[in-house]
Amino acid sequence: MERELKLMKGNEAMAEAAIRAGVDGYFGYPITPQSEIMEYLMKTDSFSRSGMVTLQAESEIAAINMVYGGAGCGKKVMTSSSSPGISLKQEGISYMAGAELPCLIVNVARGGPGLGTIQPAQADYFQSVKGGGHGDYHLMVLAPASVQEMADFVELGFDLAFKYRNPVLVLSDGAIGQMMEKVYLNPQKPRSPETEPWATVGKGSRAKSNIITSVDLDPDSQERFNLKLVEKYDLIKQHEVRFEEYLCTDADYLFVAYGTSARICKKSVQIARSIGIKAGLLRPITLFPFPSAKINELAGRVKGILSVEMSAGQMVEDVALAVNGQKPVKHFGRMGGIVATPEEVVEKLKIFFTEQN
Amino acid sequence: MEETCNMQEIVKPENLVYKKSSLLLDKTFTYCPGCGHGTVTRILAELIEELGLQKQTVGVSPVGCSVLLYAFMDIDFQQAAHGRAPAVATGIKRLLPDRFVFTYQGDGDLAAIGTSETIHACNRGENILIIYINNGIYGMTGGQMAPTTIPGMKSSTSPRGRNVQTMGYPLKITDIAATLPGTYYVTRQSVHTPAAVRKTKKAMRRAMEYQSLNRGLCFIEIVSNCPSGWKMTPVESIKWMEENMLPYYPLGDLKTPAGENTNQ
Ligand SMILES: Cc1ncc(C[n+]2csc(CCOP(=O)(O)OP(=O)(O)O)c2C)c(N)n1
Ligand code: SF4
Repeated sequence: MERELKLMKGNEAMAEAAIRAGVDGYFGYPITPQSEIMEYLMKTDSFSRSGMVTLQAESEIAAINMVYGGAGCGKKVMTSSSSPGISLKQEGISYMAGAELPCLIVNVARGGPGLGTIQPAQADYFQSVKGGGHGDYHLMVLAPASVQEMADFVELGFDLAFKYRNPVLVLSDGAIGQMMEKVYLNPQKPRSPETEPWATVGKGSRAKSNIITSVDLDPDSQERFNLKLVEKYDLIKQHEVRFEEYLCTDADYLFVAYGTSARICKKSVQIARSIGIKAGLLRPITLFPFPSAKINELAGRVKGILSVEMSAGQMVEDVALAVNGQKPVKHFGRMGGIVATPEEVVEKLKIFFTEQN
Repeated sequence: MEETCNMQEIVKPENLVYKKSSLLLDKTFTYCPGCGHGTVTRILAELIEELGLQKQTVGVSPVGCSVLLYAFMDIDFQQAAHGRAPAVATGIKRLLPDRFVFTYQGDGDLAAIGTSETIHACNRGENILIIYINNGIYGMTGGQMAPTTIPGMKSSTSPRGRNVQTMGYPLKITDIAATLPGTYYVTRQSVHTPAAVRKTKKAMRRAMEYQSLNRGLCFIEIVSNCPSGWKMTPVESIKWMEENMLPYYPLGDLKTPAGENTNQ
């Protein structure tokens, strides 16, 4: 069937894509700049369209625990929030990682710390890729850079979540969530009537009851479980790295940027090239697993690398680890909800690298 | 007249006075001897069996002494974060509306860290059953003060007794639950005597039967003992409970379905 072309906000596109993907449930709590997701699900009446449950919870804590309950039943369940709300969800996210529950969590990030600003930021990178909650775990983290990817990452996110029985986080930001673009939407899929063999849906005629839990009081078996998670994350690192290369083949200088910053840097590449600086862009699409091998390889070919983020410098640590000292790595970031201009980024590139030569 | 019963008489099915529910697995309870948790766990297993609900039940265990409830009973279970069981149960019930869903929670879990989840699940009228064990103390972590610790009661964090001037008052959350329009049946019971056990079982059976009506949340508080946390023998703890807890937490129904006489 044909994909349908629409003009939509990133947040709305994600909500519409969720209904069409046959998602079973959404639990959320309002916070700017992502409230349109739940508003859209309520407005278009997700339940009458596909049977998708949408429920406004009393807090982000409750919402993520409702997701835990639904996901434990083997259902495709999601939640969305923005930075302060994602902080509140961390307890539940850690429990879901510990109980190996698939789900989709969306962070339409804004500036912090604290209540911060409602404007876009990328200051939640550490929280997203290094754990966020307590314990040894990782989420799979997808970073959309367009309204199209906001829509597409719903299905991709659930595919990955169920393939690895692991929560998936979509790390977006206020700019991608709020801007309007053309988006191709998949036709409506029915919700799946099938259940997972591990799901708690009532014992039925199974010989053994199913348990969803993250507690293990025996240190030996808890360590065995931790090692199992490490194996899972290694598998994810091997198979699920995604990135986009833009004019990297002949590049002398490399930008590494994701989401909104990657859009800016694409323009910066063009400006730099128009004044004779051969720049390229590596855009991580998965932040965990991080495209370290690709960055390492590109580092061998370029003269310098500039990591551009709307933060004080978070992803740059992973870029530097990947480059492993081969070439200089610099960071440039605006904060507080300010998005750098493409020209500003080129200026920084010149100051860091080309003007010294 | 003297009546005697020989062995052959005793083993006749009609003379059976007690048997272990087939839902109870052979895992040893982790509860301390004489603790009310064990009795409530048994009643719950018996009722799920008697009502034929095993195949369609999903339980939610809390963080507390009953954290491992799922290991004792042969039904599908989810273990929730501390205080979050009503939210977890909401997620389950909303996605599987025809299943029987219950939570089992202590007073720290339900009335302190999980107050918000409790009140809002009640207020939304989720069609779930909440079983709430009020022993006035944090059992699992070694006997600290709970929101339900009664005035003057000693605990490891109120060693000179709960001083309401500085530590606040015990929270009667069941009374609050009864005022919320989303609850359907709210009752306070105990399991410290055979008669009380029978009443609790009757109340729990009603509550379980109500779930299929989809009329709202059923809430059963069970005032219970914690011999270990209270630093008493089981027998002393029962006596102390009767003399001190029950006057503060009087037993009986707090809310019954309109038009139904549930006086037991
Ligand atoms: C977030 C969090 N905070 C604190 C704890 C520690 N903790 C475990 S059980 C418990 C209290 C249990 O008391 P209660 O709910 O009354 O149940 P009981 O053990 O008495 O049955 C606490 C505070 C925890 N596991 N998680
Ligand atoms: S600590 Fe108290 S509540 Fe916990 S099992 Fe022992 S007696 Fe029961």
